[in-house]
Amino acid sequence: MPNGILVFAEHRGGAFNKTSFEAVAAAQQLGASLGQPVSAVVLGTDAALASQVATYKLDKVVSVENPKLSDYTPDGYADAMERAVRALDPQFVIMPHTYLVRDYAPKLAARFGKDLISDCVRASVADGAVTFSRRIFQGKIDADVVANGEPPVFATFQSGAYRADQAERGGEAAAVESLPVEVGEVRMQPEEPFQEVKQAVDLTKADTIIAIGRGIKGQEHIALAQQLADLLGGEIAASRPICDAGWLPIDRQIGSSGQTVTPKLYIALGISGAIQHLVGMKNSSTIVAVNKDPEAPIFDIADYGIVGDLFEVIPVLTEEIKKLKG
Amino acid sequence: MKIIVLMKQVANKDAILRINKSETWIEEGDLSHEVNESDGYALEEALRLKEKHGGGEVVVCSLGPQRVKSVIKDALARGADRAIHVVSDDTAQLGPYAAAKVLSEAIKDEQADLVLTGLQSDDNGYAQTGVILAELLGLPHATIVIEVDASGEGLRVKRELESGWYQWYAMTRPALLTIQSGISQIRYATLKGIMAAKKKEIKELAPDAEALGAAAHQRITKVYFPQKTKQTQFLGDGDAKAGAAQLAEKLRTEARIF
Repeated sequence: MPNGILVFAEHRGGAFNKTSFEAVAAAQQLGASLGQPVSAVVLGTDAALASQVATYKLDKVVSVENPKLSDYTPDGYADAMERAVRALDPQFVIMPHTYLVRDYAPKLAARFGKDLISDCVRASVADGAVTFSRRIFQGKIDADVVANGEPPVFATFQSGAYRADQAERGGEAAAVESLPVEVGEVRMQPEEPFQEVKQAVDLTKADTIIAIGRGIKGQEHIALAQQLADLLGGEIAASRPICDAGWLPIDRQIGSSGQTVTPKLYIALGISGAIQHLVGMKNSSTIVAVNKDPEAPIFDIADYGIVGDLFEVIPVLTEEIKKLKG
Repeated sequence: MKIIVLMKQVANKDAILRINKSETWIEEGDLSHEVNESDGYALEEALRLKEKHGGGEVVVCSLGPQRVKSVIKDALARGADRAIHVVSDDTAQLGPYAAAKVLSEAIKDEQADLVLTGLQSDDNGYAQTGVILAELLGLPHATIVIEVDASGEGLRVKRELESGWYQWYAMTRPALLTIQSGISQIRYATLKGIMAAKKKEIKELAPDAEALGAAAHQRITKVYFPQKTKQTQFLGDGDAKAGAAQLAEKLRTEARIF
């Protein structure tokens, strides 16, 4: 009979990802609501890493070991996790929705003939049944989802859905168990991770950021936003599509694949607010959003919103600020 | 080199979405559609690989109702050689495992050297169909790929990691890659391409009944607009210029920016 909640703790080269502990927090809360024990799995070559996770309040930490797990590969991780899940027989497998998990976890779930309930923002329990909430249509709509069929249920949680500092520490260290596993053929060889040439613009130092999105419509209109940025002594930045189109260099991109910023003022012009953008700026002190679509997700986190055409807003805003500044 | 590109049609990015009466999905009736953004980049990458490596074939495959023909025709006009349309009217609630199963049945006999998909769909956003498809086809895969080097016997692919980090992987071929948006500039269809597309084959297939009919592993019970986490002050009440003037004042008096 499957029982318990298994949480996958991710690390790269021995450094745990903060979202791993967010997943621990999610698993602990789910475990408390369901009255089920929570264990963690750490994949690697030896048990040393697992002890770092054992400080959390967990039933046990399972160190899943094989020499082929020294570097991440989807083949290696899917094989190892499949064997761990079959051996431990949990009811739920909880993972952070990171790029690494996105890379291997669907393959893992497919080994069980199923898919993941991916990128959840919440989970709630009523009468012993779990409802997961996912954000769909690029953040515009939420969907409540229930799992069908036999356990295990595989679910991943979005970065920021739970707070890492809410993960409970245990009174004493949890037991660490070694689980050596077989790993089959690995068909890919990773090279060393690297960063591109050092970024020329450090947006994290800017007090004011004027960010543009698809709504700017053409490269020739960027000057309009630049004027506003100059007036406020700020930096110009953009959501991914603008940098993809080559209208601004990639070092001005805000979001999960670009820079994460927390300026005093963030003005989002024509940015709808897909989660990949929001994670890079949602902790800014004051957020202003201008968008034609009143349902754009950017308004969910904005302090001030204007529903309308940015080409009407920017000239007036620039003029009024000039006047007020005297 | 034979390359299959999986392309999905999704709701237009700028579409105003409405929730249906039963609160289980969006109102599809009056919606306009477009190609899923990253799938467009997957097609572009396939066309470039074919051009670079002296020929072969680019085959587009799409699952959905008749309206997805517009995505297929556009892909053929841009340079794809032929297409497979797996015709199904009801795919909105299809989970990624079922979708991958249907697609694997449709393309497994093609024996492609490469299968490309976008990294995730802009509607359901599962980010799983490509990876599950690789598993069902027995292929190695790499996700969030931003550069492909197919000059050798195998492949070298550059993957995007988080926070500005990247990593190259060497892998065996055949393989499946999920492509990140922005990998290259997407070409426009030329008039010549549009004319040529009219003669290209679009093979219609019925979806594998067993795969399509299998019980879903996840079921949407309700959809709704997200609850706001912040109390937003909306300015201008529909008048953008008035809103801009109010905003300047608020930035000075409340936010104390200047």
